[in-house]
Amino acid sequence: MTSLISNPQTLSNKKVRPHQTQNEALIFEKSAPGKCAYRMPPLDVPAVDAVELLGASHRTLYAELPEVSEIEVIRHFTRLSTWNYAIDLGMYPLGSCTMKYNPRVNELVARTEGLAEAHPYRPDTLAQGSLEVIDLLQRTLVEITGMDAITLQPAAGAHGEFTGILLIRAWHESQGNARKKILIPDSAHGTNPATAAICGYAVENLKSNAEGGIDLEALERQVDGDTAALMLTNPSTIGVFESQIHKIADILHAKGALLYMDGANMNALVGKARPGDFGVDVMHLNLHKTFSTPHGGGGPGAGPVACKAFLEPFLPVPVLAKTGTEGLGTKGLGTEGLTWDYDRPQSVGRVRAFYGNVGVLIRALAYILANGPDGLRQTTEDAVLNANYIRAKLEDLYELPYKTASMHEVVFSDKKQAAKGVKTGDIAKRLIDYGFHPYTVSFPMIVSGALMIEPTESESLEELDLFIDAMRSIAQEVEETPELVKSAPHSTRVGRMDEVMAARKPVLRWKPTA
Amino acid sequence: MRYLPKSPAERELMLKEVGAAAIDELFTVIPEEYRLSRDLDVPRQHAESEVVEYFRAAGAKNATDYTSFLGAGAYRHYRPVVIDSLVQRGEFLTSYTPYQPEITQGTLQAIFEFQTMIAELTGMDVANASMYDGSTGAAEAVMMAVRITGRHKAVVAKTVHPEYREVLATYTKHQGLPASLAGYDAETGRLNLAELEAAISDETAAVLVQSPNFFGVIEDIPAIAEIVHAKGALLVVAIAEAVSLGVVRPPVEADIVSMEAQSFGVALSYGGPGCGVIAAKEKYVRQLPGRLVGQTVDSNGNRGFVLTLSTREQHIRREKATSNICTNQGLVALMAVIFLSVYGKEGIRELAEHNLAKADYAARTLSAQPGAKLLFQGAPRFNEFVLQTEEDVESLSQRLIDNKIVGGVDLRKWYPELGNATLWCTTEVVPRERIDAAATIFSTDTVEA
Repeated sequence: MTSLISNPQTLSNKKVRPHQTQNEALIFEKSAPGKCAYRMPPLDVPAVDAVELLGASHRTLYAELPEVSEIEVIRHFTRLSTWNYAIDLGMYPLGSCTMKYNPRVNELVARTEGLAEAHPYRPDTLAQGSLEVIDLLQRTLVEITGMDAITLQPAAGAHGEFTGILLIRAWHESQGNARKKILIPDSAHGTNPATAAICGYAVENLKSNAEGGIDLEALERQVDGDTAALMLTNPSTIGVFESQIHKIADILHAKGALLYMDGANMNALVGKARPGDFGVDVMHLNLHKTFSTPHGGGGPGAGPVACKAFLEPFLPVPVLAKTGTEGLGTKGLGTEGLTWDYDRPQSVGRVRAFYGNVGVLIRALAYILANGPDGLRQTTEDAVLNANYIRAKLEDLYELPYKTASMHEVVFSDKKQAAKGVKTGDIAKRLIDYGFHPYTVSFPMIVSGALMIEPTESESLEELDLFIDAMRSIAQEVEETPELVKSAPHSTRVGRMDEVMAARKPVLRWKPTA
Repeated sequence: MRYLPKSPAERELMLKEVGAAAIDELFTVIPEEYRLSRDLDVPRQHAESEVVEYFRAAGAKNATDYTSFLGAGAYRHYRPVVIDSLVQRGEFLTSYTPYQPEITQGTLQAIFEFQTMIAELTGMDVANASMYDGSTGAAEAVMMAVRITGRHKAVVAKTVHPEYREVLATYTKHQGLPASLAGYDAETGRLNLAELEAAISDETAAVLVQSPNFFGVIEDIPAIAEIVHAKGALLVVAIAEAVSLGVVRPPVEADIVSMEAQSFGVALSYGGPGCGVIAAKEKYVRQLPGRLVGQTVDSNGNRGFVLTLSTREQHIRREKATSNICTNQGLVALMAVIFLSVYGKEGIRELAEHNLAKADYAARTLSAQPGAKLLFQGAPRFNEFVLQTEEDVESLSQRLIDNKIVGGVDLRKWYPELGNATLWCTTEVVPRERIDAAATIFSTDTVEA
């Protein structure tokens, strides 16, 4: 536990103190026959003979699930939780991931009985509360993005990309030619090319210019009659707004191609600029980034897709519609009701069962209600201010490959530290010793040895200064004791993992001993 | 704004440090004509109490005092209290995808336990860390079979959830992957094996079936597998009602299983988030989509866990990845792990047997009413059953609703050949008294509309 203080002269110790973490076996290893954490109520119908009812379909060999008591369940998962870093513990500056505060009232309202217990196939007349929540969120997100129509169905950002590119494809097909390729900047998230491929498009790489942005001349050259769309992240993955955005849109539109925007970085724009106003035809949002729904160790997310009116007929089924006075008109609902419309002949089809990750949608709407227009704008301003503050305080020690003005995130490179043999991944691991989650490592790929830092609006000046102190202290360690950084982290309950071994001989599950 | 931790003076100080006179200087990179110079037209800032009140009112509009016999891919089971106690711990709730294993061992170990439990339950060798839901998981499983076999056609049972089939069609439309339908046996509600055999060719990559199928009927997986494998195709089995695995024989003959694990402690939440997951035979592990957690050792030789085999994934392989999936259903998978830890080996069986008993009682009681007939009696089923009624579905549903009962799902839209058919689900949370109440309404003479 004392290894943390391996270099007390330089290690800023304001945030970190060793604290107790307990070893915890796999839950299967705590199991013993006869222990249990449940009790069923008495069966109020006649018991049945499962063997007789199911015949050959009866399960004879039971799954080796653990047999433990309730206190063991609580202790097991509580102990596991203490091994995690989390936003609730401190700054989580993962670039492009927008790890902001997750308000707790959102958790409460998502569990509101009438909403959490609603079955997706209950009649629309008995689901007006859920439908109203979906309708209000749709309208607010349309306003925030400046688009005309939206679907909330996609389950995450990549699923939104898939849906958005399907809209583009369906529109091109309606024009008589689906076209063949999607242009994707070399700075893009890996999901973009993967999405284009599953939508049946060839991926054509678009090289960034010297500022890390779209090279207009290259774009002009590459856009042709086969180009279905450009997938653009704006602000880009280096945190820079494409100031030539209208020209980009014009070049595409002149050749009949569309502009898709990856909205992963919307936290830089909400309340300050709207993609619908600057030429974007279709985009997705990540509610688990910009709109504060918890990332939960890898989901659930939600990736709504907003589009211009000409793409609206192609939205996935079903689409929320209003019924007139002759329609639902149930008592107490006023003159209008909401209903699902499945009669959409031009639709791209269904992208998932039911209507979307409604539990996530509820949380996002709660966030928007808590903020209002002034709060949303202030949030964006604070996010951009925080990133620029970090940039100003670190650019003397870390190489800034692109000097363009930063928005919500700043990307450094490890050029200066690499000269001492220390890479971005090492610096990231050393940050852990200082009590921070690492930034995004080695992405975007257009920056060699990238350190991609997105503080979000949720960090106080005090926490930002602690982070800056830590980064400055590490830069000094790189000069004086590079080995200390290269062998980090020193304070975690486990050391660096043997990832080669994990991949070479995959052990993907526990097995009962024979 | 209560979520923003800065005073006006701190903002001023920071602006000075970055060399800006005003905050808008940081936004001048956005061309002026695209900068928003007005407030967004969204609801005003609400107090926390108002936010709570808004959603309470919305929940109340959903009419909470109805007994529901709805299933069809979304199931209401009792959710042990400890699930929400544990998943709301900030260390789970507010953590990212575990890319930094030194400080995410909690999430990683829990996913490893999830993968183990799913593999155990489904009878497969390995399982991934989750997919969005059962429908997209089934589509991804079929695409996985295409990669494995190098063939480019699929056969889908008509007894697969109609919405799953629609999603599959959307996913495969642009991949040159036509899917043909295989019908069901009118007596048993099971996949028609002769039709299946006729539908498979040497170009068939995958056969997708669901068990228990959309009618609640358990398919004869061994017989199906024999036919599928004889033609060199892979068998993909979708499972929408995961609790069935407590008492129903797992589809061990399948090559890939795509399961919706929502039944394991996840609230209905009007259909999402659920918890998809794909499990498979070990030899196909490198074609799995999504995240995988593997066991390894750390620099001190201690057991630890990492995300592994990531060369399958989009952030490494880009357009050559096995899928574009990135964020999946982490916290929901954690709910499932906790649920399965609470019930355990014996509990999941007892829970499943309660479902079996309730549905058996409901099926017998309701079908004994005049004008009602239980379809597909020739095959075993789990907690769902199809009723055919003399009375029009709309009229019956309305009479039930008038008595605070939401009856079975109307099947006419998807299976018009079944006439006035409804799909009923009875899980352990439906009291006998409400089943009897529904039966009484069945037997009450309908008033002429």
